[in-house]
Amino acid sequence: MDQQGLGQKRLVVGAHYGTLDFIVQRVTAIIMAIYTIVLLVGFLFMGELNYENWRNLFTFTCLGLPVGQMLATVAFLSVAWHAWVGVRDIWMDYVRPAGLRLVFQVLTLLWLVGSIAFFAKILWSL
Amino acid sequence: MSETASKRRPQYRNLTVPQLLVYLNRMPLAAKTSILHRASGALLFLCLPLVLVPLFGRSVESAETFAGLASWASHPLFKLVLLALIWSYLHHFCAGIRYLMLDMHVGNDKHSAQKSAGAVLVISLALTVILGLKLFGVW
Repeated sequence: MDQQGLGQKRLVVGAHYGTLDFIVQRVTAIIMAIYTIVLLVGFLFMGELNYENWRNLFTFTCLGLPVGQMLATVAFLSVAWHAWVGVRDIWMDYVRPAGLRLVFQVLTLLWLVGSIAFFAKILWSL
Repeated sequence: MSETASKRRPQYRNLTVPQLLVYLNRMPLAAKTSILHRASGALLFLCLPLVLVPLFGRSVESAETFAGLASWASHPLFKLVLLALIWSYLHHFCAGIRYLMLDMHVGNDKHSAQKSAGAVLVISLALTVILGLKLFGVW
């Protein structure tokens, strides 16, 4: 290892929480990008824009499986996890006092978990 | 510790608003795209349970609530909120794709990075204008 411990041979220690966040942020981004394209393609090929066709984008089934709702759920969970990583970064950058930062982080989690419940109720009661 | 870290470096705190505007104006394109990536993400986060999920709910709940959205959409204030969210999504999407490319070491040199940052700003704004014109019924 060189003197400054930089470069490819640097010693990496710790529990890799940062690595997990880094990977989660990117994987969820890719899931959301793919779902955006899926929705866009569905939207362009659904024919007339009316309630039935629009709703069907999120409720279509395949071989008896509620694929539309499953995809939407996976995409929304990706939104929430992605937002958690990003918003937490914002608090870590701008909010210095640890107590206040913790408050903001807890509020962020409540905000996101509440959003998930809200979305899930709407989606799965269709 | 490297040499530079031990040197006392100037700190700029308590910037006044005019100073901040000058600073924002002098930021390179990549920095502007970056801070807008953060701002658009924060806006989408705040609007998630307040606007986006309720809006989705109205659109799928019933044929009546779906049709009701058209009358909401005639409200100019609602249109502006929607336009801000559309821009946020498009900018966050485009800038995100750029970051994924940078992660894969595509276009990492200074020149291409500035160019792709400019492309992100232009493409997301252009798409917002196109959708905005649609929203305001121009086409």
